[in-house]
Amino acid sequence: MSDTDYRRRGYIEIEELKKLGLIPPKDRLEKGPVAILECPEQIPCNICVPFCPTKAIQMERIIDIPRVDWNKCTGCGVCVAVCPGLAAFVVDLSKPEADYVTLPYEFLPAPVKGDSVVLLNRRSERIGVGEVIRVWERNKTYVVTVKVPKGFGMEVRGIWVERR
Amino acid sequence: MEAYEGESIAIALYAIGIDVFSWSPKLGRPRGPLCMIGKCSSCFMIVDGVPNTKTCRFPVREGLRVERQRGRSTPPPEPIIDEVESLEIKTDVLIIGGGPAGLEAASILSKSGLSVVIVDEHFKLGGQLLKQTHKFFGSVDLFGGMRGFQIAEAYVKNLLSQPNIRVLTETVVYGVFRGGVVSAVSPGKHYLIKPRAVIAATGAQERLLEFPNNDLPGVMGAGGAQTIMNEYGVKPGERALVVGSGNVGLIIAYQLLQAGVRVEAIVEILIEIGGWFVHAAKIRRYGVPILTGHTIKYVVGDSRVEKAVVVAVDDKFNPIPGSEREYNVDLVLLAIGLEPDTRLHAQVGALMKYIPELGGLVPLRTRELETTVRNLYVAGDSSGIEEATTAILEGRIAAYSIVSKYSDGEKAIAAEMELDKALKFLWDEYRSSPLLSRARRGKELATVSKEEMEELRRKYPPPVEFG
Repeated sequence: MSDTDYRRRGYIEIEELKKLGLIPPKDRLEKGPVAILECPEQIPCNICVPFCPTKAIQMERIIDIPRVDWNKCTGCGVCVAVCPGLAAFVVDLSKPEADYVTLPYEFLPAPVKGDSVVLLNRRSERIGVGEVIRVWERNKTYVVTVKVPKGFGMEVRGIWVERR
Repeated sequence: MEAYEGESIAIALYAIGIDVFSWSPKLGRPRGPLCMIGKCSSCFMIVDGVPNTKTCRFPVREGLRVERQRGRSTPPPEPIIDEVESLEIKTDVLIIGGGPAGLEAASILSKSGLSVVIVDEHFKLGGQLLKQTHKFFGSVDLFGGMRGFQIAEAYVKNLLSQPNIRVLTETVVYGVFRGGVVSAVSPGKHYLIKPRAVIAATGAQERLLEFPNNDLPGVMGAGGAQTIMNEYGVKPGERALVVGSGNVGLIIAYQLLQAGVRVEAIVEILIEIGGWFVHAAKIRRYGVPILTGHTIKYVVGDSRVEKAVVVAVDDKFNPIPGSEREYNVDLVLLAIGLEPDTRLHAQVGALMKYIPELGGLVPLRTRELETTVRNLYVAGDSSGIEEATTAILEGRIAAYSIVSKYSDGEKAIAAEMELDKALKFLWDEYRSSPLLSRARRGKELATVSKEEMEELRRKYPPPVEFG
């Protein structure tokens, strides 16, 4: 496996994200909601940096990969709303009953609290059904928090709202 | 028929299901939408008796008579306009092309007190920003995070408040004469413009690909489909195949999904995806397969694409027999790259160079983007294909270079400082990303020092200059 195999597949594996240092340590994940930026390439972009309310995202040059200070990150989800690459997610693995994933959504119909939605992993496999817990919108991007079965927090990266 | 105000003729027809605009002169083959931005001849129709009218650039209005054109058609015998108004304009700067490069330049130049005329073929300003519905990358001060059409809106709003700017839409620059007079034409008007400097930010056109039946309606540029779908809100088809996995191919696939079009696949002849990973991840999450090492073999259809056949290729890009796959699609979108539109620069006599990394022929230029034709600047995609953020930066560089020349004292010093800042950011920060290394190499090849530029001007004296 070469370092950039994700460029052939179009999706990235958790192991690859770990190697790039983009996954928080286990104890942080178990503490509460935290941002995960699945942004492995040196795109000349730093939009997430000025928008982060706790100044948890760092970048020296515009072409750097964003680094999250996971102790400062509160998992608020602003990066999910502003990332032009739709590559920012918030996961909460701290609850015993379920995991929670906050992700960007730009399709219609808009998700509504209480909706049950299809859960998709990074390669679009339908891995289950989740419940929409919270929805907010910023410049036409919906930021959606879904409750997913325990153990799925690191897998779910897309949802699909069936036509109502 | 009925149409919405602000639509082009081509769009209004496409929206009601008319996807054949004309028939070709020799073989009578149907012609449908292709580029949709005025760069090709695919949308030519007879409008109020005038053949070869670019219907993608012609706004609808009540009472227009539009006919499909069979082959070549003769112009009407009688004059169609009784009187053409002739106008002579003197201006500090003429900007040709109202896309991101031209708009950024116009905004800087007019704020600095220079008079500006900005010309665009389209009936509105914005260039290809108008069809960009995704959020832009970059930094906040370069509109990062805003959607492309919102950037165009912000620029236009800002320009309308400037007193020293004149906007000529639906206007085509067709020539430059000795003495540096630029001629342009719009319906009923003829302009002779005498500028002290020109920024030709004329953009790019999409590349085509040869395969059997590639001229069937339904085969179009990815950008053409973006215009239909994102600028005008018309669904371009039901099921699509995208050819090419650069950023344009990946982004159009995502936008098709948003519009409710099923995307069967993206085919990519190379062994890895061309565009940025995050764009690929967005569509892989929603089930669009990206077939690397594949290309399109042919399409089939009667008067529109009905089926597309793709084939795997070996490491020398030869098709592998027996690997064909069929897709029932009504759209085949070509996203295989762009080519700078530098016809005007070449016509004026700027020294050109073929640079594959930049998509084709581009004018040689200094770091400040001045060509061998004195005071003719190039900016944006016409200086070599990159993307909108670099187009904005190049527009900024050309503009500050002109301001520093045409003002004095503190204003000139301030402009020089801004020029230096923009150059440093573009070359030392933005273009230092490995993802942009190919375009950077191309831009390096197209850029010469001030001394080399003077040498080139002596060796190949251009027929005109501005100033």
